[in-house]
Amino acid sequence: MGAEVRKTMIPISWFLIFAAALFSIGLFGVLSRKNAILILMGIELMLNAVNINLIAFWRYRDSLDISGQAFAVMVFAVAAAEVAVGLAIFISVYRRRGTISADEIDLLKW
Amino acid sequence: MSFEQVVFILVAAGTLGAALLVVTTRNLIHAALWLIAALFGVAILFVFLNAGFFGVVQIVIYIGAIAILMIFAIMLTRQISSEKSARFNKNWLWAFFISIIFFAGIAYILSLWPEFGTTKPILSAEIDPVKQLGVALVSPQAYLLAFELASVLLLAALIGAVIIAWEQR
Repeated sequence: MGAEVRKTMIPISWFLIFAAALFSIGLFGVLSRKNAILILMGIELMLNAVNINLIAFWRYRDSLDISGQAFAVMVFAVAAAEVAVGLAIFISVYRRRGTISADEIDLLKW
Repeated sequence: MSFEQVVFILVAAGTLGAALLVVTTRNLIHAALWLIAALFGVAILFVFLNAGFFGVVQIVIYIGAIAILMIFAIMLTRQISSEKSARFNKNWLWAFFISIIFFAGIAYILSLWPEFGTTKPILSAEIDPVKQLGVALVSPQAYLLAFELASVLLLAALIGAVIIAWEQR
């Protein structure tokens, strides 16, 4: 493959930098937001960045080794389980305390 | 710059912009809608990586189930997203610096990697990634145990969510 062809293709660096940026945005959301549901949304963004990385490494390294895709499937399953339990906890907390602001849920704080 | 690269940059910029709006917007419902936009952009990037199966799964699971579940939760926990309440907690400046440093650190470490500029190897025609993935997930030599554990985890999460959210009288 000549340099001419290579120049028109997307290198892996673009995907990795994009995933790093998406992960950092999600991290900022998790650390800075007050509302617990918005914190969960930040976690979703971070998990998506991880999935992009897994699929990108599968595609650019060794397409015969399917491990990257298998791990991405596991991340999907864990993300779905995490959201279901997390939202159930928030609804339960809201019913008892009338708020889901992460600052005011301090039941476990001593 | 080729057509493919232009489309990639547009999709990536749109996804990052939507993600930024998710973490900064005041209105909870708007945040959920921007989250859907960001998830859709990620699905397009999966298609860019020749993983069309994951693009479909992303739309079905993330947008169809997770984002909708979040909108339901927002609607069940109303009046929190009032305009006067602060968007961020008091540590948001620290969070901002930590994320910037984190991103700069990852970018720096990645730039040291010698194969940073590798381009896509050609996917040979005999390989069917979806078939390969399906075989790997049910073969005892590969990921059968992890696959079964994931299904048990989902069942546990299902029962746990019902019990936690159950209204006690």
